[in-house]
Amino acid sequence: MDLSYGEEAEALRREVRAFVEEHRTQAPLGAIGLGGRPDERVRRWQALLIERGYAARNVPREYGGFGAPPDPLARIVIDEEFARAGISRGIGGQGPDMLVPTLLEHGTEEQRRRYVGPTLRGEMVWCQGYSEPEAGSDLANVRTSAVLEGDDFVVTGHKIWTTSAHFSDMMFCLVRTEPERPRHAGLSYLLIPMASAGISVQPLMTMTGKAEFNQVFFDGVRVPRASIVGERGEGWRIANATLVHERNMLGSAAQIDALFQALLRLARTETRDDRPLIEDPLVRDRLMRLQAEVLAARWHASRLLSTRLRGEPVGIAGLVVKLTGCELAHQISSTALELLGEVGALYERSPHERAGGLWVFQQMFSLGLIIGGGTAQIQKNIIGERGLGLPREARGDV
Amino acid sequence: MDFGLSAEQLLLEESLGGLLDARAPTQRARALAAADDAFDPDLWQAVVGLGVTGILVPVEHGGSGLGLLDAAVAAWTVGARATPLPFLGTTVMAPVALRTAGTPEQQGRYLPRIVRGELRIGIAATEAISKRDGAGIRRDGGVLTGSALFVIDAESADVFLIAVEDGSLALLPRDARGLEVRRLVTVDRTRRVGELVLGSVPVAEWLGAAPDTAAQATRRMIDAGRLMLAADALGAADRALALAVEWAKTRRQFGRTIGSFQAVKHLCAEMAAAIEPARSLLWWAAHAFDHLPDEAALAATHAKAHLTEVASQVVRTATEVHGGTGFTAECDVQLFFKRAALDRHLLGSPALLREHAARLQGL
Repeated sequence: MDLSYGEEAEALRREVRAFVEEHRTQAPLGAIGLGGRPDERVRRWQALLIERGYAARNVPREYGGFGAPPDPLARIVIDEEFARAGISRGIGGQGPDMLVPTLLEHGTEEQRRRYVGPTLRGEMVWCQGYSEPEAGSDLANVRTSAVLEGDDFVVTGHKIWTTSAHFSDMMFCLVRTEPERPRHAGLSYLLIPMASAGISVQPLMTMTGKAEFNQVFFDGVRVPRASIVGERGEGWRIANATLVHERNMLGSAAQIDALFQALLRLARTETRDDRPLIEDPLVRDRLMRLQAEVLAARWHASRLLSTRLRGEPVGIAGLVVKLTGCELAHQISSTALELLGEVGALYERSPHERAGGLWVFQQMFSLGLIIGGGTAQIQKNIIGERGLGLPREARGDV
Repeated sequence: MDFGLSAEQLLLEESLGGLLDARAPTQRARALAAADDAFDPDLWQAVVGLGVTGILVPVEHGGSGLGLLDAAVAAWTVGARATPLPFLGTTVMAPVALRTAGTPEQQGRYLPRIVRGELRIGIAATEAISKRDGAGIRRDGGVLTGSALFVIDAESADVFLIAVEDGSLALLPRDARGLEVRRLVTVDRTRRVGELVLGSVPVAEWLGAAPDTAAQATRRMIDAGRLMLAADALGAADRALALAVEWAKTRRQFGRTIGSFQAVKHLCAEMAAAIEPARSLLWWAAHAFDHLPDEAALAATHAKAHLTEVASQVVRTATEVHGGTGFTAECDVQLFFKRAALDRHLLGSPALLREHAARLQGL
């Protein structure tokens, strides 16, 4: 057991700290990429981060990255220092975090050269086209079809839960190209320009009152056949590689810790009958119960990191992260609302609302994350089947 | 950066686990649990032979001078087999107290005998945490009076280490005049706790000359004990889950293996999802005991509360997965259900520990 990061990592930490101090005024404010395309300030910041190796660190230089060999510890040090300074970590999300690793692994040379650089620099924005109305948990049931006509695939169908579709340039998309083959073997992975004729995007309002998602309709959309990633029929394998990257983004221990610290501040500052909530024995018990789980999540992340650094498989310890992390985040915001009582029900800029409605939003949004990216129930199937070796349930339709 | 178990720790788990599987499979554990003192001298000497009693004893006293995480490895290995062993008091709590507050002479007199398995020490520390039924040991000059409940490893102890109400720590031989040991029968018959009743017993030996030293030794000894109970609970939970999964893979109903039903599969997945992060918490807390002084007390407190909460949930669920069979005495899962039940409450129940955790942070 050695919790030190070693001299090399500490030297990097000093370097990052100096960088952050020197350049913090140039950093963009607020979250990047949720509401719209990266603006000029964000793109300049991102270019600086790539140049210094604080973004796209392990992406090869010829594709527009920094080109360092894989070093997860360096990434952690950079994350920690940027978080400590409360400063933007640059552009993340579906393009840089999901599509780029997928293209580096499965894309052609032409695809890598064309897409990776602009995606990393924030010039090209991506959305993910996996889920459909009839392909939710049963993702392999994708029905959007892509039929080869000459040198084009012609795409027809309907995607849902598409984050950022209304301002994206491109979609990475799961389509059925081989309808005669068994379900999983009939899918392919296509890259589709959102400006193509025949695509329409409709915002999807969620329970939070905001439109975080969209529906995307395809009506005979023509896409060059060279837009396929991997071979025809390999889409399922490639999409699953991307989903691993997504599940790593969800359930993050650092975000959970930040949320818990905010809950602790709430309990110390909010009063009921002129007494701080933290003096209530039931409040104390609930907070400490959560704190133990937050600490467990934090050290669990360290354990997984160490396992990966040793080059060993994380096994079942890795499979539980999405399930437990998303549930814990939801429990923390639910507890905040519980502590606030009737004040916690205030929303949409009501008088007496707390933190701009953040806890109300967060409690609903985190429920969405329990469902999205593979529902809690699908996660339990994965843990049970891949982790514990339990038999699969018989299908109802074959 | 390496947050994980060392090759030596994995070897300890393998060698101790192998020895216990060979010498004390669950039918042997059951037989011992039915005996008066639940103590098997031959088994104990075999465990001593592996060096388990020397884990926390410094090298100059014949031990291996390892840390709490190494002791925790042994504790979960024992817990996963529900083995009756006087492990907690003798190999963990007593050495920690002696190292913290013992004089060189006391360390030289006690520690080598602990390593060789010649001396077993019972720990009376419950009243330093909370009192029930009027218990508590009072001191009047050099004389102790009163009673102590839930004395750890009481039945086979040669010497008792006693936390006195004024904060001092006394050492009393089992045969001291006026000292009576009463058997307490808990739900878990694989371990023995007792009640000490002292009627004006003169004390010849104290641990820690200054009150501060004794109080520090008491706190450290309790933290170490909590970590071991947390580790024992982890072992019990691990084994209960393994039994449940094995059952779910073999038991058939409705023409199917029951593990293919999501109702059963998800129960198993929930157990694993609770256990894995808790395991990471325990590793950190055991490591913190020796290496992170500012975090050690909070870590031990949270680890004991959380691991025993998880274990309680897991053993209950594992029993349910077994269906009617899980409710029978014949099914091994009940051994771990009971093991976890005692782990949960010794040296502080979860709710008490959570309040303690809040206070440690000045909340």
